[in-house]
Amino acid sequence: MGNHISLLLVIVPLIAAPLVAVLPRGRLPWATSFVVSIVCAVFAGMQLWSVLQGGVISYELGGWAPPWGIEYRIDAVNAFVALIVAVIAALTLPYALLSVEQEIPEEKIPTFYSALLLCLTGLLGITQTGDIFNVFVFLEISSLSSYALISLGRSRQAFTSSYQYLIMGTIGATFYLIGVGLLYSQTGTLNMQDMANILPTVLHLNTVITGFTFIMVGIALKLALFPLHLWLPNAYTYAPTVVTVFLAATATKVAVYVMLRILFTIFPQTFTIATPADELFIVAGMAGVIIASVYAIYQKNIKRLLAYSSVAQIGYMALGIGFASTTGLMAALIHLFNHALMKGALFMAIGAIIYRIDSCRLDQIHGLGRAMPWTFGAIIIGGLSLVGVPGTAGFISKWYLVTAALEQSAWIPVAVILIGSLLAVVYVGKLIEALYFKPVTDNGKVVTEAPLMLLVPTWGLALANLYFGLDTDLTVGVAEQAAAILGGMKP
Amino acid sequence: MEFIIGHYNYWVVIFLMMVGLYTVISRGNLVKKIIGLNIFQVSVFFLYISMGTVEGGAAPIIAEGVKVYSNPLPHVLILTAIVVGVATTALALALVVRIKETYGTIEEDEIHNLDHSL
Amino acid sequence: MSAETLLLTILLLPLAGAAGIIITRRNPDVREGVTLLCSAMIAVLVVILANRFMDGETFALTLTEPVPGIAIGFKIEALGMLFALIAGILWLVTSIYAIGYMRGHNEQNQTRFFAAFAVSIAATMGIAFSANLFTLFLFYELLTLSTYPLVTHAGTPEAKQGGRVYLGILLGTSIALFLLGILVTWSLTGRVDFEAGGILSGHIDPAWAGLLYALFLFGIGKAAVMPFHRWLPAAMVAPTPVSALLHAVAVVKAGVFTILKVTIYIFGSDFILSNDVTGGLIWMAAATILLASMVAMTKDNLKARLAYSTVSQLSYIVLGAMLASKAGLIGASMHIAMHAFAKITLFFAAGAIFVAWHKKKVSELNGLGRAMPVTFTAFFIGTLSIIGLPPFGGMWSKWYLALGAVETTQLLLLAVLMISSLLNIIYLLPIPIRAFFSKPESGEHYTEIREAPKSILLAMIITSTACIVLFFYPDPFYRLASLAVGGY
Repeated sequence: MGNHISLLLVIVPLIAAPLVAVLPRGRLPWATSFVVSIVCAVFAGMQLWSVLQGGVISYELGGWAPPWGIEYRIDAVNAFVALIVAVIAALTLPYALLSVEQEIPEEKIPTFYSALLLCLTGLLGITQTGDIFNVFVFLEISSLSSYALISLGRSRQAFTSSYQYLIMGTIGATFYLIGVGLLYSQTGTLNMQDMANILPTVLHLNTVITGFTFIMVGIALKLALFPLHLWLPNAYTYAPTVVTVFLAATATKVAVYVMLRILFTIFPQTFTIATPADELFIVAGMAGVIIASVYAIYQKNIKRLLAYSSVAQIGYMALGIGFASTTGLMAALIHLFNHALMKGALFMAIGAIIYRIDSCRLDQIHGLGRAMPWTFGAIIIGGLSLVGVPGTAGFISKWYLVTAALEQSAWIPVAVILIGSLLAVVYVGKLIEALYFKPVTDNGKVVTEAPLMLLVPTWGLALANLYFGLDTDLTVGVAEQAAAILGGMKP
Repeated sequence: MEFIIGHYNYWVVIFLMMVGLYTVISRGNLVKKIIGLNIFQVSVFFLYISMGTVEGGAAPIIAEGVKVYSNPLPHVLILTAIVVGVATTALALALVVRIKETYGTIEEDEIHNLDHSL
Repeated sequence: MSAETLLLTILLLPLAGAAGIIITRRNPDVREGVTLLCSAMIAVLVVILANRFMDGETFALTLTEPVPGIAIGFKIEALGMLFALIAGILWLVTSIYAIGYMRGHNEQNQTRFFAAFAVSIAATMGIAFSANLFTLFLFYELLTLSTYPLVTHAGTPEAKQGGRVYLGILLGTSIALFLLGILVTWSLTGRVDFEAGGILSGHIDPAWAGLLYALFLFGIGKAAVMPFHRWLPAAMVAPTPVSALLHAVAVVKAGVFTILKVTIYIFGSDFILSNDVTGGLIWMAAATILLASMVAMTKDNLKARLAYSTVSQLSYIVLGAMLASKAGLIGASMHIAMHAFAKITLFFAAGAIFVAWHKKKVSELNGLGRAMPVTFTAFFIGTLSIIGLPPFGGMWSKWYLALGAVETTQLLLLAVLMISSLLNIIYLLPIPIRAFFSKPESGEHYTEIREAPKSILLAMIITSTACIVLFFYPDPFYRLASLAVGGY
């Protein structure tokens, strides 16, 4: 199959999506989606392996040579991100079976899986493509399907939060479109590599700078960079559990990837550093870490608590980008991966609780840790990883991030990162205290441990948090290569 | 003066863009927000299309005696963007219908009150 | 068994024990059997390992290296061996004690208690044998987390509040300061290994070294140097065996042990002495010694008084570390051992009083000595050892600490040590005196002897005898301590 893998990664879920929609009810739609997700994960793994062995893959779509045709251009950076997305999908789907049957009306289940596959298509497409306009198309595929998925949540707020996300997401995407148009008007190309070659000759033009700014703002909205994060807490809170798990672990990560591409591949790094972009990232990152963490502490809904924590974690990634050094980019990429692991595990575990007691309010889960020890264990591991306790994946991210900050003697970010960890101790502590140390609310219901179908994927991710905290060959190794490709000129 | 007249297409784009964005932000009616969003998107379509125009160029169809063509690529791109825009609008309207069904209103402030009076 | 396997067994056995305790939770007798068996094996293994080490056997073991220069690895060296020896032996004694205490007191959730206890011991052993700061930090945090359920054991609002303070201060200082210190060390030198003579010399501007030392001093909250000492009194809501082993031995000693390790193996005593790194900071320790003693005098709750006494005694060790002279370091290392045996005796006695007579306050103890002669004799011995009188083990460590102060001509510090000994007499000695010689309060008649359960008495007798034996035979600890500073 050779290089066709890169295309198949996008085509397989794309073709499967309408197919799943017309399948009869029952478990067939789920089974098909599950197989597709496994296939994608395998392909993504093979792709990363071949990139690590043989260097950049360039795939010409339809045989049209770039820069005229669309090129899929895979290096360590996007192969890594594609793998994250595909693996999370493959772990989410086994989890989905029971959770979706409980939360989604039966007649909507086929379309639900169809939308989920479309979302996967969009996210994978963004990572694969080497065409800047193509990114927009895939971005909208993933966004539109995620609006639909979020609106399937059970409370009526799902509609309003989906609507809110739609408005903000569309504005973000349109900003991106404007930026792409302006860049195209000056370079005459949409191919990333081509554009990277031409851009240095036209950097002084105001049009290019304006285009750059539009793109930055548009993507910042998509990745929920503080203070453009307002859509995220609602969307994560009211979406069906499976959707929250999937989006939290993948959607913002892909947006971070696009950001990295634009900042470090398409635009020369001298330009990025000359603009205030990197400083803005540091400031927005620091504000996000502190403010969102404080917000998280005061939430009464667990999903919302974790959603705010996600905003804070995006702040860490923004810090890594803002340092614009090799170590900083490594930190951002490592955290990309690790955060997918920890948030995936946490949202899955919370989902298991929702499955049992049908609520995710902090005051409803008192004492559940005893009734659901395995779920509770996964929450503890995920929580420790979120705090960044050594031995967990979260520690590795924080370590590299702080190292990047120390390299530049940026003491304030160092302090912010450490304070952020302390705030994480508080909100994770709140969660664990409620689960374990508060007396059980006696409402006559007997709660038992979650079913195995939910526990196995949850623990898969939880153990991955421990594994990647001890053996970092994959994460650090790939991130090192990826950061080298992206560059990062600042020492 | 020439700067203003010479770039009139961009002024139109900017005007529409601002009108659209302002509508999205200022209106509380969910349908009006969508209209604003549409105007905003349309302004971008104009931006692309007017960008692709070559002075004195004809439509990019091969015909005898025509030497200068407009750039067709932005047209194609914007065709895609229009499709995306239509899909977005359709989805947004569908959501508004469901919001109307569950809340009985499509005014943002009333919805807000309904959610927080529980 | 090779030394490697021996060490891994010591690390893993308590964890296996914890699992065994959970599995056998339905049958308390078997469960307690698992605890006893595990702790007995650990004690034996630690002694064997210590003997092998003194015969010159040594090794290093690296498990994994997540970040270049940052490995999870273990190494046997003198100081760690000393700490492991104390913790291993005292776990056995405390296990005997805890079973009597928990049963005599009908505590809830005993399975969780014994399981968390075993995990804490595993963490303590991990700290003792860490080959670098990173591994140490890992187990340091594990120790904090595994002792949290023990502190909040009672489940009362008071216990939860105590637990919050405990977790807040220990995690807070360790993440904000200790971790920062490790990171700075790593970014300066590229590694964080413990090495004889230190690794920082030549990599850091001596003017900044004091600041880095302060990061460690305050970041290692378990050492309870003021103003980060509040967690220790807060932790006293825990059942007495926890206070005895963890908050007189394992946890707090892990703190001062870490400070000693950082002083000897990261900074290096030569570097500290020649650049006067600790010149200003040493007064923080001195102030803690005096202030904590004064606070102890005001406490009527017996365990709270002992807690503040611990805060004060810990700073002896920190002070010895910061003196960084040979005698100072030897004194500090030995004080880890001597104070452990003495203080655990005092806590055992406090627990015994609570189990037998449900009394918590010093003012209620009048005349109780007649009913509990064994308990108060043990308490008396512990007291004298803490004060540092011969023929009790506590004398040796104080002797070397004082010698260290003289060696570095810090005569004011010598005065602090002397004044503090006086304060020890004032706040500890009245307790046994009151019990033996004061008249019982009206309404109380202590006509017959009613001691705590036998296992509690046994534990107390062992530790108080050890206080005396250690005066005549301090050799194992002295040898380990002088080996630790041998590179000097």
